[in-house]
Amino acid sequence: MSDASLPGGHEPRRWSWTDPKLRSLVLQGLLAVILIWMAWSILANAQANLARRGIASGFGFLENSAGFGISQTLIPYNESMSYGRAFLVGLLNTLLVAFLGIIIATIIGFLMGVARLSSNVVIKALASAYVEVTRNLPPLFQIMFWYLAVLAALPNPRQSLSFGIQPILNGLASGAAGIGLTPVAAFFSNLAGMVAAPGIFVNNRGLVVPRPLFEPGSEWVGWGIVAGLVLTFVLARWAKRRREATGQQFPVFWSGVALIVGLPLVLAFATGMPVAFERPELKGFNFVGGVRVIPEFVALLLALSIYTAGFIAEIVRAGISSVSRGQSEAAYSLGLKPGLTMRLVVIPQAMRVIIPPLTSQYLNLTKNSSLGVAVGYPDLVAIFAGTTLNQTGQAIEIIAITMAVYLTISVLTTLVMNWYNRRVALIER
Amino acid sequence: MDVSTPPAVAGAPAGSFVAAGMIAPETPPVSTRGVWGWARAHLLGSPTQVILTLFGCWVFYIVVPPLLNFFIFDAVFTGTGRNACLPEVVGRPVGACWPFIGAKFNQIVYGFYPEPERWRVDLVYALGIILLAPLMIPKLPYKRLNALLFFGVYPVASFVLLTGGNLGLQRFLLSAAGLGPVFSSIGQALGLRSGFWPDYVASTLVIAAIAAAAAPVFAGECRSFAKAVLVTFISLGLVLAAVDINFGLPPVETRVWGGMLVTLVIAVTGIVASLPLGILLALGRRSDMPLVRISCVLFIEFWRGVPLITVLFFATYMLPLFLPGQFNIDGLLRALVGVALFASAYMAEVVRGGLQAISKGQYEGAMALGLRSSLMMRLVVLPQALKLVIPGIVNNFIGLFKDTTLVLIVSIFDLLGVLRAAFTDPNWATPTTVVTGFGFAGLFYFVFCFGMSRYSLALERRLDRNHRN
Repeated sequence: MSDASLPGGHEPRRWSWTDPKLRSLVLQGLLAVILIWMAWSILANAQANLARRGIASGFGFLENSAGFGISQTLIPYNESMSYGRAFLVGLLNTLLVAFLGIIIATIIGFLMGVARLSSNVVIKALASAYVEVTRNLPPLFQIMFWYLAVLAALPNPRQSLSFGIQPILNGLASGAAGIGLTPVAAFFSNLAGMVAAPGIFVNNRGLVVPRPLFEPGSEWVGWGIVAGLVLTFVLARWAKRRREATGQQFPVFWSGVALIVGLPLVLAFATGMPVAFERPELKGFNFVGGVRVIPEFVALLLALSIYTAGFIAEIVRAGISSVSRGQSEAAYSLGLKPGLTMRLVVIPQAMRVIIPPLTSQYLNLTKNSSLGVAVGYPDLVAIFAGTTLNQTGQAIEIIAITMAVYLTISVLTTLVMNWYNRRVALIER
Repeated sequence: MDVSTPPAVAGAPAGSFVAAGMIAPETPPVSTRGVWGWARAHLLGSPTQVILTLFGCWVFYIVVPPLLNFFIFDAVFTGTGRNACLPEVVGRPVGACWPFIGAKFNQIVYGFYPEPERWRVDLVYALGIILLAPLMIPKLPYKRLNALLFFGVYPVASFVLLTGGNLGLQRFLLSAAGLGPVFSSIGQALGLRSGFWPDYVASTLVIAAIAAAAAPVFAGECRSFAKAVLVTFISLGLVLAAVDINFGLPPVETRVWGGMLVTLVIAVTGIVASLPLGILLALGRRSDMPLVRISCVLFIEFWRGVPLITVLFFATYMLPLFLPGQFNIDGLLRALVGVALFASAYMAEVVRGGLQAISKGQYEGAMALGLRSSLMMRLVVLPQALKLVIPGIVNNFIGLFKDTTLVLIVSIFDLLGVLRAAFTDPNWATPTTVVTGFGFAGLFYFVFCFGMSRYSLALERRLDRNHRN
């Protein structure tokens, strides 16, 4: 505490140990010394330990041939390719399961969140039971449950469960025959004869679905989808501006669906159906053709989506309840129907509360996808921090890269989130 | 509709806004009272409602009766091997195979902990319940003492009981500085196992002296500084003495621990270790010193940004590389270090929430009373902040409890790991073994997590009420 300002005959002291500024400098200096000492000793120890084990550090190993196969690859890969390539395969597998998981979890979560607020007690009770059960069981437990108890108990390929319109129609036909409606039964079985045999099979070796075959000309369909998306976006902007100017509504949703689905379909017909589906067929003991989705992926995707959906449901419920009743009452007195009130008044305000925790759930799902290693799903952790680490022994480099990948994902998400929060934040006077 | 024109309106000029007649009364709103009214409001209000109700009942019908059948009515409750649970042998459809859980129950609770020593695990469980139950009931007194016992004494006692203690400590600070031979000869002269304790006493005195000498630099009193050091070292000494003394308990390696024991050890260690670390990190994050703040932010955001499984890989494969060669740390301890670091980052964020909820007036009031910053935190801010975040801490504990399952990936057999190993036992290979095992584990996790979350909700409501008064 400098007493320079005090009147008196003392020589003003230049500095003192009790000066908070100086003390904070000294403490920080001490911390810096400790941190540097820790970093140095960690480095020295690591070097000594690596030298003793005969492991050369560095990232050169990434170019060596990996020599192991991977059961699910989104990009071409074989055993002779490098560890770097294997890393990429794992990263893509992680992103794939995270992406699909986020979509499914969001859909289930929103449905369950709205159902928990329903005035119908049965629906409410079901949704509550869903949320409590899924949130209170560990994600790893759920992954292993789906993998070991459900998927492993499915029949072998020869007795696969098949999914398609035909089995449903056949079921309806036999149901109708059961209650004595012969003409209806005949109608359904005729209909079943007209549609194609089922193309989706489920068995203990995974899920088999038709494989799309892209012939020349199929790029037009792809462009059709892109054009549909762009046009829908432009249309939505235009409709919003018109609504704000004149108050006239435009059916954006249905015209968007027409554009995104219809345009590629029209183009597909115009170019002579360049996209065909290769149907899987049972030959001997297994399926030939089609795409096989490995059971590890199915188990991981189901467990992650169902687990995260429980949390999303709670977030959605909290978000909707946070919008005060006066808002919906005001909307009703303006003459809006319940559906429109929800869509135009409640949900936009609820989203402000929902989005931040929702993003952190998305991040959690992405991080939890690393649990796939327990059932052998070839994600980043299983391929890189598992197999590659065991083969090369480059623990430091590999774990650092793996952590860096997850950190990058979460930092990017946080940045986007902060930007979004600033945009939607309430501007208060 | 036979309402005649009221006299007041009769004389109104034509074409005015005044109604010519009374509006017919509206029909009374549908009653929401009574069984029928309730059903209309909650089940059968509109065609959509009816469809939803029917759908809900159908889902209930296809889920609940089969579950009850499987786990209770069709289940097998007695037997000694797989034959008791095979449908071909029993001659009826067989549900859950509970004798499997019965046969594996000891493994599920103790892992492979040696049979004659299992009373130690029981004692640890019992102590935990005795200390935790009064801590969780808000009405009971002596919370401070209780918390000290649970967070301070209980972990040490459990460590000694579970591992057998008797570490045989060799050297302390001054021996590391090259005075080892002196102290080991003193130790021999006193009939001790090593030179540790003479070294410890000497180190304590030396450090207390240094602190006393440095006290004026930090504007403190020599005596209070020396006293603080002595108190710290005496309590540390008590802990070290407890783990060093030979109580005659046979040592039990952590490799043979398993099941519920490992699950609870990891969860409780994680929470006990993360509480002080988390508080320090949260205070550091709100500090005015840029270096302290930045290091804390980096530490917290790093551990929160990576999945726990990579933290466990880090602890298993990288940690041994970072320590000097002579350290060979145990597999469970590595996982515990990883879990503690991970949990403390999450705890720091919970505590930070509590710190932010304390109004500025509290800080200013404390400063106006002349408290220095450490006392202000200890006496004014933290007691209020920590009370606010108890529900958050409980929620953190639930998350940690669920996350303990991950250790099975680094080959530590927790409850789920033991069960998974038990599934491969050919003596119990039946079609329903796996589902039975998952049913049991699921019930265990559900009861625990659901109970804790209800508890946390109740606490939240109680705190909320206190806050308003």
